[in-house]
Amino acid sequence: MNDTFRHLRIDTDDATNIAWLTLDVDGASANTLSTEVLDELAQALERLEEAPPQALVIRSGKDGFIAGANVEELGRLKSPEQSRELIERGQRLMDRIAAFPQPTIALIRGYCLGGGLELALACRYRIADNDPGTRLGLPEVQLGIHPGFGGTARLPDLVGPLAALDLMLSGRSIDGRSAQRMGLVDYALSPWQLETAAHHLAHATPAPKRPRAWQRALASAPARLVLRPIMERRVRQRARREHYPAPYALLELWARHGGSGLAERIKAERDSLVRLVDHPTAGNLIRVFLLRERLKREARSDTDARPTHIHVIGAGTMGGDIAAWMALNGHRVTLSDEQPQAIAKALKRSHGQFERRLKRPARVTAAQDRLIADPEGQGIALADLVIEAIVEQQEAKQALYRHIEPQMRPDAVLATNTSSLPLETLAGALTDPGRLIGLHFFNPVAKMPLVEVVAGADSRPDALDRGQALIAAADKLPLRVKSGPGFLVNRLLMPYMLRAAKLFDGGTPREALDEAAKRVGMPMGPLDLADTVGLDVCVAAGDVIAAEYGFEVPDGLRRRALRGDLGRKSGEGYYIYDRKGRPKRHKHKYSAAALDKLGTELITPLLDEAERCRDEGVVTDGDLVDAGAVFGTGFAPFTGGPLHYRRSQAPATGDPQPQEAADAASRA
Amino acid sequence: MPASSKSANQQHPVYIVDGARTPFLKFRGRPNAFSAADLGVAASELLLLRQPFAADMLDQVIFGCAGPAAEEANIARIIALRVGCGQNVPAWHVQRNCGSGMQAIDSGAHEIAAGRAQMVLAGGTEAMSRAPLLFNERFTAWLAELRQTRGLGKRLRHLGQLRPQWLAPEPALLRGLTDPVSGLTMGQTAENLAWRFGITREQMDQFAYGSHQRLAQAQDGDLLPELQPLFGTDGQAHVADDGVRRDSTVADLARLKPVFEKPFGTVTAGNSAQVTDGACALLLASEDAVERWQLPVLARIVDSEWAGVDPAQMGLGPVHAITPMLRRHRYALGSIAYWEINEAFAAQVLACLEAWNNRAYCRHELGLSRPWGEIDPETLNVDGGGISLGHPVGTSGARITLHLAHVLRRAKARRGVASQCIGGGQGGAMLLENPEAA
Repeated sequence: MNDTFRHLRIDTDDATNIAWLTLDVDGASANTLSTEVLDELAQALERLEEAPPQALVIRSGKDGFIAGANVEELGRLKSPEQSRELIERGQRLMDRIAAFPQPTIALIRGYCLGGGLELALACRYRIADNDPGTRLGLPEVQLGIHPGFGGTARLPDLVGPLAALDLMLSGRSIDGRSAQRMGLVDYALSPWQLETAAHHLAHATPAPKRPRAWQRALASAPARLVLRPIMERRVRQRARREHYPAPYALLELWARHGGSGLAERIKAERDSLVRLVDHPTAGNLIRVFLLRERLKREARSDTDARPTHIHVIGAGTMGGDIAAWMALNGHRVTLSDEQPQAIAKALKRSHGQFERRLKRPARVTAAQDRLIADPEGQGIALADLVIEAIVEQQEAKQALYRHIEPQMRPDAVLATNTSSLPLETLAGALTDPGRLIGLHFFNPVAKMPLVEVVAGADSRPDALDRGQALIAAADKLPLRVKSGPGFLVNRLLMPYMLRAAKLFDGGTPREALDEAAKRVGMPMGPLDLADTVGLDVCVAAGDVIAAEYGFEVPDGLRRRALRGDLGRKSGEGYYIYDRKGRPKRHKHKYSAAALDKLGTELITPLLDEAERCRDEGVVTDGDLVDAGAVFGTGFAPFTGGPLHYRRSQAPATGDPQPQEAADAASRA
Repeated sequence: MPASSKSANQQHPVYIVDGARTPFLKFRGRPNAFSAADLGVAASELLLLRQPFAADMLDQVIFGCAGPAAEEANIARIIALRVGCGQNVPAWHVQRNCGSGMQAIDSGAHEIAAGRAQMVLAGGTEAMSRAPLLFNERFTAWLAELRQTRGLGKRLRHLGQLRPQWLAPEPALLRGLTDPVSGLTMGQTAENLAWRFGITREQMDQFAYGSHQRLAQAQDGDLLPELQPLFGTDGQAHVADDGVRRDSTVADLARLKPVFEKPFGTVTAGNSAQVTDGACALLLASEDAVERWQLPVLARIVDSEWAGVDPAQMGLGPVHAITPMLRRHRYALGSIAYWEINEAFAAQVLACLEAWNNRAYCRHELGLSRPWGEIDPETLNVDGGGISLGHPVGTSGARITLHLAHVLRRAKARRGVASQCIGGGQGGAMLLENPEAA
């Protein structure tokens, strides 16, 4: 009967009469629940219901279990009717699994997210691999929606409302061991125990897990009444309702229907989700998700392109953190610096990071062993990619290049982390200028998702390919940009910061400026940002960028920098910082409307610059300008990026999907 | 004793082609930041990276370690895997107390000489500062009984039998440095030799002073090419051996109290080796491997010898290992340009020199008709030794062998001998040749 299925296979053991349904979506690297797959699963269940086996085990034929719904398909939904139809289709399938007459068991290895976890929740039992690579979660809020295949109803029944809401509101994923502790899975086991456990559950059929009594009590009406405002306050600290409605909808759903029967809660989930999908934020966040996928996809993933041994020169904050990040993500890294103390400090920082992220001692040691202190720079001769992260000074960098180029392998790429020096000038020190590319990381390296892969006039395509492949392999988003003052991200940020500095000189209170920017969705106010970056750095970068693009560095900013008030690092910049580094903020008298007007005024130069960057072809197209702004500057993701935002403000609302064609048309 | 009938083991020549060691870190009362495996990895990782071949081309990894931690039982395998040799390179751990590091080299050399291996990573590692505290045996037995006791009343009665003095932990280090057969500490065996050969406290302190001076000069003159900085995850960079006392004088040393035999003893903390952490790794290669990979030859391992002696006089081990080894090559003491004799105790090194110059000792113990001669102090431990550097037990044998190879290169000298005494009454020696010095 397997001939009729494209995306799955059913094998039944003759001896035990256990049916193994293996999902292996045709032509895809990961399983996602598209309409076609949902339909095929429904057909498979129909078949199985005719002559039910002793038990049904659902597993994956790929590395991961199920990565979730098909986001591209979600992005194509055009009307509430279409959304409703897709949601109903998924809910019906999950109900069908839940109603299967014999025990159902989800066997989970690797990613089990969104719709994938909802499918597992519909099964009577769940068994997870205890490898840290196995991740379970409901990340829908990150797309501006919430679970819609019965997850909002089934998860609280299984783990209690607190744990369920935490998982759904944060969108975070957990590993098998945590899932077992939470009650989300029945067992978290070594991979070689999974099938044995499935056999055991199929025959022993213990009572399904339930949350503890006190957790069940939290689902009562009075408890919901008390808990909702507390949780809503926490949500409000992170996201505003008009920008991010999904978490509020989740709370609403639970508060109003948390005590009802399952069928009613599933219906309420459907209604709520239809409304969310219709909200512009969902469309925009899905757009941002697809932009992220595009950045990853555009990097070559073949092993020829991906460097394996990285050498980093300069163990300062940037160099040290880049080296640690690369080691964390499985690369062998040698790290050199003229100062042994700097290397030691970088190693200490890396150790803290490895312990926080990897937790298990054997994995921490392995990462630490991949990061090799190399004071004399022996790794330069071995690396296939050398990252230079020394002082931002042309002569120093050029002298270094002259010194190291003869040691480097002839095919090795040299990448500079410069943010302000022209690549073409730096390349002048090399006999092979084509090997120099820019890899512009942002501070703090561990947190910022974007890395600009900078193409100088001489940079060879294969060198750029390898830089891009490295960044993607290191779990960052590579964005190829043309060399030019500020590249893309700083070029977008600079006019925004300069406008704020100018408005401040004109008498607008600093607190109002920063608050206004945050109201429009910037992650940090412009003056806060200037203080964090350092006013000296701002002036230096501002001069370079301003000269090229016709801005002006306001006198007030320049004076402050000259005076030595450099921001956080000197204790005073636009703000005065106390001993613990907290800025002193005063109250201002701006109304909400005035702040919104101010916010618009602040980001207008950024939007204008974004258009110029698109028109000048700093990146391939407008969508990539938006990607750079969202992942590099933190430009409000719910807007879908600056260019998309401006389009959506225009009278005719555009299509929220990445549309190279539309951009090409606007460029023409 | 006749000249040894053993023959040089060289079916296939064995070369030392490269090597590296960590700085030696003195024990300062609490554990240092590195486990023995960490140190072994630190000594090996750059050494392997800079080779023209990948680490998985090695045939064996062998490490000596006198006291690996409980989780480091086969510490060589741990080091091999952690430095990226891959799962297919076999590795084993050797233990011959203070000779462990040299034993690793000797075992690797045997593999190559027999044609069973082309390239071997061999070395030693020791984290003495991390030696554990042990429970008293009475206490351990009491705990075991408690676990088997059933019933509250019986358990309470058992609790009442606990004696407070059982709770005092005993440092494993102290036990390790005591010979259980003779019942003597290593320091006591040195006192024994000082008495037997009439070595004075002044001679010992003078020797110790010289050791510090020589190490200081070597550090200033950049004469320790095998040394490579060590970086901890605690934010510390260790760039040099930290046991050296540059400003210490003979008079300062003379003020120290004896530690092993009070009140009349002469062996002090100042004229004994320091308790220290450190690791050293060497790359050994066959002639074929040298040719295939164009490896630079640092030295050739010509021969080695292991000898047993009275545990109560373990410090004389070098005399009994070196003498037969040199005699089977028909070499005299004067045939050797440079010597490294590990400084466990000043008294013990001086006793070795006295023994070769002592008619009675040579006749009765070495079977020589007359005294064998003297070693020029200017050729012995020219860049310091265990007293100034420290003596990480399992590492020293590897360190002196590697450093001797560098000294021969530097002086363009032909032959050198590295040797150490070994707790429990043994001696080990290795004969190196610098092929570039004709």
